Amino acid sequence: MNTKTLDHPELAERFNRDEERVDWHDQTLWWIRQKRDKAAHTLPEWEALREAASRIKLNVLDNLDEYLVQFEANALSNGIIVHWAADAAEHNQIVHKILIDNQVSQMVKSKSMLTEECHLNEYLGHHGIDVVDTDLGERIVQLAGEPPSHIVLPCIHKKKEEIGEIFHQHMGTPAGLSDPQMLAGLARTDLRERFLTRRVALTGVNFAIAETGEFVVCTNEGNADMGAHLADVHIASMGIEKIIPQRKHLGVFLRLLTRSATGQPITAYSSHFKRPRAGQTMHLILVDNGRSVHLGREDFRNSLKCIRCGACMNTCPVYRRSGGHSYHSAISGPIGAILAPNLDMKKHADLPFASTLCGSCSNVCPVKIDIHQQLYKWRQVITQEGEASAAKSASMQVMSTVLSNHWIYKFGGSIGRKFMQWFPGLVSNKLNPWYKHREMPTPPEQSFQEWYAQNRKNP
Amino acid sequence: MSSRDNILAAIGKTKRNDREPSPLPQIPTSDTFNDRLIERFSETLTGVGGQVVRVTDWLDIIQHIEQTYRQVSISPAHRIVTTLPELSAVAEVGWSGLSPHLLADADLAIIGAHFGVAENGAVWLTESLLGHRAAPFICQHLAVVLNASNIVPTMHDAYERIGDAEYGFGLFMAGPSKSADIEQSLVMGAHGPKTMTLFLMV
Ligand code: SF4
Repeated sequence: MNTKTLDHPELAERFNRDEERVDWHDQTLWWIRQKRDKAAHTLPEWEALREAASRIKLNVLDNLDEYLVQFEANALSNGIIVHWAADAAEHNQIVHKILIDNQVSQMVKSKSMLTEECHLNEYLGHHGIDVVDTDLGERIVQLAGEPPSHIVLPCIHKKKEEIGEIFHQHMGTPAGLSDPQMLAGLARTDLRERFLTRRVALTGVNFAIAETGEFVVCTNEGNADMGAHLADVHIASMGIEKIIPQRKHLGVFLRLLTRSATGQPITAYSSHFKRPRAGQTMHLILVDNGRSVHLGREDFRNSLKCIRCGACMNTCPVYRRSGGHSYHSAISGPIGAILAPNLDMKKHADLPFASTLCGSCSNVCPVKIDIHQQLYKWRQVITQEGEASAAKSASMQVMSTVLSNHWIYKFGGSIGRKFMQWFPGLVSNKLNPWYKHREMPTPPEQSFQEWYAQNRKNP
Repeated sequence: MSSRDNILAAIGKTKRNDREPSPLPQIPTSDTFNDRLIERFSETLTGVGGQVVRVTDWLDIIQHIEQTYRQVSISPAHRIVTTLPELSAVAEVGWSGLSPHLLADADLAIIGAHFGVAENGAVWLTESLLGHRAAPFICQHLAVVLNASNIVPTMHDAYERIGDAEYGFGLFMAGPSKSADIEQSLVMGAHGPKTMTLFLMV
């Protein structure tokens, strides 16, 4: 990315130059959030499920080393080759070595945010390896030379006309196409040929089961399966926090994951890989890359519970109106803003400030991560370390006023969604660093802003 | 030290002696989906793009395939494959020993399923039913045969039923392959089958 020097407010401001697109982005993600609500409401036990998921993950975080060892032993006895990578560089080297050992210079890859985090494509590209992303959204951004802007909806920032143009330039399709059905069909034909000819396929991992040594990959497109089942070599890359103890726990997570992500009851495919098929080699790479450090940060370790559903992004008023690329990190949105400073605090010091701390993210999170509270804590850490610029310190003070007054904060929580609609009013002031040039839409009622201004004077 | 040892040691250091590790919770139960299993399953699967066809015996399925696929297929060399010997009158059997790549021209694959899940319309399949792991993905259209008495209410019931079953590969599949990556417009047949028909044997 060429955006390293720009921070979130500047990148958000760029995204906001195209007002129509921002409105579409905002409304579409909110629509997905509403689909999530509808799906969640079909299950009376939804809250009990979230609680169970959160506790299972807590148990995992408390015993991660033991579960990893158990998983490794079972995976090995299933015939899977297990690798350990301390960091992104080691992960990338392991993948490269597997490709060299198999005398292969081309590979298909399904969605894996971990490989985005590790910048695997760039690394392999430098070594002459051609990687084709096979998830439709990821393929589109790959052709456009961009990173995904959302962990579940990689090209949510692109309009269909732009996608038609990208296909025209890179795949030689006729100019001026914009029908989604037709564009998807063209990509299907193009990628099918690659699935049939590539000998190595890399996939991500959604869940790995310590008890059985199997791992589960969820997709709607079937691209992970098309790659893995046709290739001689399957490489699966996973962060060490993806472990869950037992197979039956999948019942909890698979009920939550897709309902939270898109409002579907389950993804089209939830594939359980336990052994390589006859004649196939299966590699699994366990990647740390800062996770063990994060695990030691008492205030932030809970964020390792994340199952990457994207719900916190879809609901976030800042994400929806600033776009995933403004976070300049592989994982964007509220959860990305917690994970990124762990890897590089200086580079990502701006991200915990890209939030109104409205708490909507924490309310929708299927594993009950206290996202907004962690963002608030990061601000304190970052300010103490002297990484925050003056504007953000000021902005943080406004937010800390809100948070330090329990009554105000509780009030905010109790009126939930309505409060969020009001938030743009609250943050539309000079201290708001991520929207400084743009007046936010008028809040439905002015009362909260007035009320807030009044009450701030005499708490 | 190897990376493995380093990682495990680093995790070990984060453990705290001043508190017990958190225990595993009970898995919540649900009776929301206990009634109307067949209807719920059919409605949900239809909602995610599947087509449910109720049949009473194999002959029904054979007739349906004759009428539907033989007529609409525009490819003169259209190919129907199955793992179910009962359907050998309309579909090719005995391909599982050949390369999965040879399924690239399969128009329709017909396979059996272990059971269905009412809450999400998914069916549970394992390698032994697939002929090839790639079979339900590489075909243009997919049909699955499920006995209506094999429907469980939720995913908790599903995993209870799976128990510690042994398989090399297994999957829950709910409807055809799909993508909404282009402006959130739903397109069926992203990479895998464009349609999924479920023959529900009642
Ligand atoms: S933090 Fe929670 S809501 Fe956000 S992506 Fe992760 S699991 Fe989903």
